[in-house]
Amino acid sequence: MSSLKPKPVPERTPVGGADEHVFVERARRGDLAAFEELVNRYERKIFRLALNITGNREDAEEVLQEAFLKAYTNLDRFQGDSRFYTWLVRIAVNEGLMKLRRRRPNVVSLDQELEAEDDLLPRQVEDWGPNPEQRFAQIELQRILDEAIAGLEPDYRVVFVLRDIEQLSSEETAQALDISVPAVKSRLLRARLKLRERLNPYFRPGESPLPARPER
Amino acid sequence: MDCRAVIRELSEYLDGELDRTLFEEVERHLAHCQDCRLVVNTTKKTIEFYCNSAPLPLPEDVRNRLHAALATRLKRPSP
Repeated sequence: MSSLKPKPVPERTPVGGADEHVFVERARRGDLAAFEELVNRYERKIFRLALNITGNREDAEEVLQEAFLKAYTNLDRFQGDSRFYTWLVRIAVNEGLMKLRRRRPNVVSLDQELEAEDDLLPRQVEDWGPNPEQRFAQIELQRILDEAIAGLEPDYRVVFVLRDIEQLSSEETAQALDISVPAVKSRLLRARLKLRERLNPYFRPGESPLPARPER
Repeated sequence: MDCRAVIRELSEYLDGELDRTLFEEVERHLAHCQDCRLVVNTTKKTIEFYCNSAPLPLPEDVRNRLHAALATRLKRPSP
């Protein structure tokens, strides 16, 4: 199948920059301006991450603030063996998951083995056509994507967000979540398949472009 | 390689992380299995949707409150 070349998707874009460690070092010595530079670099990404994890703007804002405050006060513990950004993501993920646990204590269980039982084979197999997104206005498409991802179990959602939206590597994602690389890969596969199934009703041919909103 | 095995390798196939032997096995299966081809293509599209969705701008008020909180709470304690 020439149309199915193993071209990596998505393309990973680097974050940070060669000078990141300089700012980290200065911030570690108490230079608030250097820390502000790091905040400026990552505030958008951390807010988006927090929003994707918590699904709630108020919680996301609190996570954003707490993540940067904790990062600054714990800079001494940053070993420098990973990127500062990965370390910051780990703090933000922990804050976000804590918020979710407080809200829905029985749903969030990243340390639990999830993968063993369910059958991976997709239930719905239909083509979407070449440009399914063109059936929706941009804002409507974004709503569909947001609702689909919000409906994933947090354990899958977090892995998908880190790998496919924040574009961390499997190793960085494993580090950020304190789980193994095989667990990351397994959850990513399931997250991708579940999202595909959730989007399927919107994009399969012959459907009304605006199906009823799924129950939330 | 059957459909189940292909789906198990789907993520790494899409990420270009399969070794050559496995990759060729997946390709051989996809060449004759339309269902798996559709799953591969629509999963790829799913990832692209999220990957390409416009990054959220950080709302100005959220940003202002963040920087105000940092300025207030990270000030060195007075001796």
